[in-house]
This record gives sequence, C-alpha cells and structure tokens, in this order.
Amino acid sequence: MEKRVVFRSAWLPYALIAPQIAITIVFFFLPAAQAIWFSFLVQDAFGISSEFVGLQNFRQLFDDEHYLLSFKTTAVFSVLVASIGIGVSLVLATAADRVIRGALAYKTLLIWPYAVAPAVAGVLWAFLFAPSVGIITFALKQFGIEWNWVLQEDQAMTLVVIASIWKQISYNFLFFLAGLQSVPRSLIEAAAIDGASPFRRFWTIVFPLLSPTTFFLLVVNIVYAFFDTFGVIDATTQGGPAGATQILVYKVYHDGVKSADLGGSSTQSVILMIIVIALTVAQFRFIERKVQY
Amino acid sequence: MVENRPWLTLWSHGVLLTGIALIAFPLYITFVASTRTLEEILQVPMPLVPGPHFWENYSQVLTAGTTRGAAAPVGQMMLNSLIMALVIAFGKIAISIIASFAIVYFRFPLRTFFFWMIFVTLMLPVEVRIIPTFKVVSDLGMLNSYVGLTLPLIASATATFLFRQFFMTVPDELAEAARVDGAGPMRFFWDVLVPLSKTSMAALFVIQFIYGWNQYLWPLLITTDESMYTAVIGIKRMIVGGDALTEWHLVMATAVLALVPPALVVMLMQKWFVKGLVETEK
Repeated sequence: MEKRVVFRSAWLPYALIAPQIAITIVFFFLPAAQAIWFSFLVQDAFGISSEFVGLQNFRQLFDDEHYLLSFKTTAVFSVLVASIGIGVSLVLATAADRVIRGALAYKTLLIWPYAVAPAVAGVLWAFLFAPSVGIITFALKQFGIEWNWVLQEDQAMTLVVIASIWKQISYNFLFFLAGLQSVPRSLIEAAAIDGASPFRRFWTIVFPLLSPTTFFLLVVNIVYAFFDTFGVIDATTQGGPAGATQILVYKVYHDGVKSADLGGSSTQSVILMIIVIALTVAQFRFIERKVQY
Repeated sequence: MVENRPWLTLWSHGVLLTGIALIAFPLYITFVASTRTLEEILQVPMPLVPGPHFWENYSQVLTAGTTRGAAAPVGQMMLNSLIMALVIAFGKIAISIIASFAIVYFRFPLRTFFFWMIFVTLMLPVEVRIIPTFKVVSDLGMLNSYVGLTLPLIASATATFLFRQFFMTVPDELAEAARVDGAGPMRFFWDVLVPLSKTSMAALFVIQFIYGWNQYLWPLLITTDESMYTAVIGIKRMIVGGDALTEWHLVMATAVLALVPPALVVMLMQKWFVKGLVETEK
C-alpha cells in the first residue's frame, strides 16, 4: 500500500527516521551481530584471547545433556502455560460474553493481572506456596500433601506454570471476548431456532469461528512462555531444583551472566533468535490468512 | 441473548465470580501480609484478615527499605520505575511517530530498506541478546544511569507499525489540501497528523507504560547501584533466601506498591488499554 500524495525533501525524511534507525543499529543489530560472531569463537579461561572454531560451539551445545534437558523443560513449560491458560480464559470469556448485568465490573476485575510484572507475579505465588509459611502449603498439608518446591522438581514446575498462567489470563480473556463478540448473532439465532442447545452451538459454530483467535493466542502464549516468563523464574525457582525449571532464556542468562561463558551463551542466543524468527513468521503467515477470510 | 436460560446465566455468573476470586486471591493474601508483623506471618497458618500494621510497614519500606535485604528506600525505587516507564512510553511514541511519518509520506532511497530494518527488530527481544547488548551499554558508559535503563528499550517496531497503519487510513485529500495551501511537511505533521493520532497515542501510552514499569531482565543487568533499582528489582533483592529470613511483611508491602500504579493505569484507562492491546497485535 502506498500513499498517492507525498511530500518532497532531500533531507527531512532521513532526519525523521534517524533516531529510530540509530537506536536500532546500536542496540539491536550490533549486539545481534556480535552474538552471531561470538557463537563461532572459543575464549580461553581468562577471556584474553579467542579462537575461531566454526560450528564447534553448536555441536558442543547439542551434545550437552543440560541443554537438551532445557529444551525439553521449555517445551513442557510452554505447552502447559499455553494450553491451560487458553482453556481457562476461553471458559471465562464465554461466561463473560453471556452475562449482561455487571459485565463491565467483571471485565475490570479480570484484566488487572496484565499490569503485574512477571517477577512480582512470581513473588506473589512463591509466597502462597512457600515451604514453611505459605498458606496454600498449609492447606495442602491438611490433605496430606507435602509441598516443597525448593526440593521437588514437579512442584517447582507447577509453581512457575501457575504464576505464568495467572499473569497471562487477562490477555487471553480480552482477545477471546473480542472474538466471541464478533461471531454473527444471526448464525447463533438460526441454530437456536433449529433447536441446537447452547453447548452444541458452542462446539459447532462458535468454537470453529474462534479458531483464528485461538491460533493467534497459541503463538502469542508460546512466545510469552519462551521469553517473558524470565521474571517469574528468576524471582522464584531460578531454574532449580536441578534444572527442572531452567527454560532456554534462563539458561542463556545463567551461562552468560553467572558463569561468564561468552561463547556458549552467544550460541544459545543465536538458536533462540532462530526460534523467534520461526515463531514470528508463523504469526505473520496466520495474519495473511486471516485477511482472506 | 438468544434465549432466556436462567440456569445458564446463573452458571456464567458463578464461573466469573470464581475466576475473579481465584485471580484476586494472591493479591488479597499479599495485602494481608503487608499489614502484619513478621512474627504473625511466620506463625503457620498466617492470619487471613488485614492487621493493624499498614502504616508502619508501608512507611518503613517507602523511606528506609528492608533491614536484611536491599536497604534502599522503595520510594526512590518507585520514582525510578516511574521515570523509566514514562521515558520509555513517551520516547517510543515520539521516535516511532516521526519514523512512520517519514516512511508513509516521503519517497526516498533506502526507504524500504529502513522499513525492513525496523521490522526485523520484532524478532530480537532483549532476552535473546542479553550479553552483547549489555556489553554495548557498558562500553558506552551507560550502566547505572537512566539513559542506560531506557534508551536501548525505546526502539519499537510495534509502535512504528501502528502509526504506519493509521497514517495509511488518513485521507490523501488532507495532505493534498495542506500542500495546496502551501503548508510544508512539518506543518502538516503538527497541525493535522498529530491531532488525528491522539487516540492511537493514548492507547500506545498505556501499553508502553506497563511495558516500561514491568521491565525486569534489563534493569537487573545494568543496575548494580541500589539507588538505581526499580521497584520490581527491589522486591527481588529483598528476598534473601530461606522462608524465615525474608522479611515477608516488607516484601509484600513493596509488591503491593509495585503493582498498584500499573494496575490503576489498566483499570482507569481500560478503553485505551484494550484498544492498544488489540491494535499493537495487528
């Protein structure tokens, strides 16, 4: 799409776009290029000299069982966060689409967790589940469940999944609600006249029409679980116990900042970039398809 | 509604109320803990109604911080968060709107190239280029400064897209009329485009304010000086490991302080928030 009417100036457009481009080059392209460059280097123990080693870092990484474990952890984590988060939000949005009285109040009270920082969400839930003082820990103990996410791998995973979903529900909810409200009333009415129950109408009409929204949210939630949940994990489990919640992003941070392994961390960065690019392409392919609907 | 089914409506209300209760539960417990003393929290189970120590706890964190973890006053941290959120929100809007003005209303060599350059940044979130970005910022001497906190996060492909999308819908006749009347491009920008973009700006502002306020990884990396901590980082630094050692009443008061400003922005500017959320994802 192009504008028919344009202005002419030899220098003005460059001056206008310069700030954005300058920041993009200095803080995006330079670091990204450096990450790619570092991923082909190996540094000595003192960080003084480095040597070009080609793809050795990548080979080493894929032989490293910790890294492969981190891949698996990320996959489990993001599937749990995306599927449960989308499921719960869909139920809430369907209910909110039905009620008339109090609709605005319900909506307002459901959307605020979007404003909570992931790290704060993590702290809130870590406190509820705290091994010795947590109120939920206490309640679980009454049912005979020993809860200690500091030691138990599954429980640590449960904690970060709950905290991550809690923060993301409001986002999913708003998109589902918008999707539900754009389902043509005439279709629903026609089905109702034909005697279809609300349950049947949902599964045969509403849910298929929502599929673009659901797919979009699936991609967004996976991106969220991959990257934005860093705060949740750092504020609670810090990847532990024994790497049970160490997702890929956390490992990049851990290896690069805490272990100062520049080459290994950069190699992981490059792999993450490839994943983001794939996810972004998936998202845009989807948007193109939506236009043709 | 298509038909009257009282039971289904009742069920919907039930689902919503349960959802709201479950979502609010952590916040409620947090608030309760922030109004109690540490001893009361450590005695299991902790009390479930707010206690009388509200002013005590909040004034201590605001002016002095915790005694065992980070000792910086949370008042300073909140000021840092506010500065960071405002600079990022206004900065993003400002540099994106002029960039998209150039892209939409001018023809110049490298235009498409620049557009793609901005587009590609969508695919480079800060999380994937942590170490090299940190190096660049430290080489530029921007550690522990507001510039270092904000500038690297100010370039935004989404905001640029949003304005580009919006400018495309502005009728060509307006630009034509401006040209016929002898108005230059900047005059047209200030007198026509900026007033027309107000809604988009408000929507973007809400989203970017929350984005800026809630930043975590970036301030964690580049602030080592307690006086530069943001509120979110401050909470993390107050947790010293070990349930009994952490001063939970103060941590929880800080958590409430850290989440109230962005939550208020979302709830009070709900209309803009929803618009911004939906439009930045287009």
